Amino acid sequence: MNKEFIKGFFKENPIFVLLLGLCPTLAVSTRVINALGMGAGVIFVLLGSNIFVSLLKNFIPDKVRIPAYIVIIASFVTIVDLVMQAYAPSLSESLGVFVKLIVVNCIILGRAEAFANKNTLGSSVLDALGMGIGFTLGLLLISFIREVLGNGTITVFAFGNFDGVLRIPILYQAPVRIFSLSAGALLVMGFLLGFFKWYGSRKKGEQA
Amino acid sequence: MSYLAIILTFVFVSNFILTQFLGLCPFIGVSRNVDSAVGMGFAVIFVMSIASLVTWFVYHYILVPLHIEFLQTITFILVIASLVQLVELVIQKISPPLYKALGIYLPLITTNCAVLGIALIAVRSGYNALESFVAGFSAGLGFLLAIFMMSTLREKLDTEWVPKPFRGVPVAFITAGLMALAFMAFDKALLQNLLGPM
Repeated sequence: MNKEFIKGFFKENPIFVLLLGLCPTLAVSTRVINALGMGAGVIFVLLGSNIFVSLLKNFIPDKVRIPAYIVIIASFVTIVDLVMQAYAPSLSESLGVFVKLIVVNCIILGRAEAFANKNTLGSSVLDALGMGIGFTLGLLLISFIREVLGNGTITVFAFGNFDGVLRIPILYQAPVRIFSLSAGALLVMGFLLGFFKWYGSRKKGEQA
Repeated sequence: MSYLAIILTFVFVSNFILTQFLGLCPFIGVSRNVDSAVGMGFAVIFVMSIASLVTWFVYHYILVPLHIEFLQTITFILVIASLVQLVELVIQKISPPLYKALGIYLPLITTNCAVLGIALIAVRSGYNALESFVAGFSAGLGFLLAIFMMSTLREKLDTEWVPKPFRGVPVAFITAGLMALAFMAFDKALLQNLLGPM
């Protein structure tokens, strides 16, 4: 039971191990708050689509299952898009078309096809939550590195007198701009993937 | 915006892969050798040009008159998915050699975010029908350019020594990062120097 939930965090992390959903990952990872917003959106859509697909798995004819999944996913994406535009307009503005592009995020279709249409409702929910949280954690890691090095700040929610931006003393005055540019995203991703691969192989070596 | 400006913007300045990260999955997945990379590139050009034109008509002649713009995402993805199927069937009938070359890449394109991306971006930017078509075509051209360069680099990389954890995908990302660094030379300022203020 717990295995379905935990596996997305590290062992089958959608970003670093399964290499799914890379486009939105790199594009929105310039600020930590974008990562949180995007992660929340993906968790919601993943949860919704996994629930519906696992409930409807006996009713959807096998031949049209992919279009059917896409319609389910697109409906949830539209909900997320409209809710974000209404309640978090600035976040919606900075995520841009990438909210709508959750629809082609391979994680969601991948989980519907590989997991939810074969498993029960309970384990599909756990799978969706685990994968969604794993995706969010990966996204947070990348955006944390990029924002801290590239901008010298950490942007989180604004509340009270606090404007939501933590400034890091020396880096804020002289940030390494390349990390907030597109080239930096690809470089950070390459090195993180290398690190995860090295870590994974070292762990395997210990067990053998 | 002139057509030349649209072409230069989508091929170089905001190259879909290297600056917008759209279509990254096929870019990493299909760039292992030059032949399949070029095949994928042409398939993407083909689908993106048609998709951006068709979605323009769907948006302006169906969604806007009925005031259901909020269904944009669902409509576009369904239009693109059926379009890809249609293109596949048509090519299969008309030109079997072309089908042989592009066939295996076409189904993959449905989930390529670049195609949905250009359709959404063209609507957002308020292009007319021809401008959307040109934008789709040039974004596809930019994709072909990037994936072709990447595949030649990766073929070279295969014969070089790379530290073990970085072999395969990680080093491909780092290569793409360095390419993106080079593409930073193409920016809005360069475009304005070439074509005058926009």
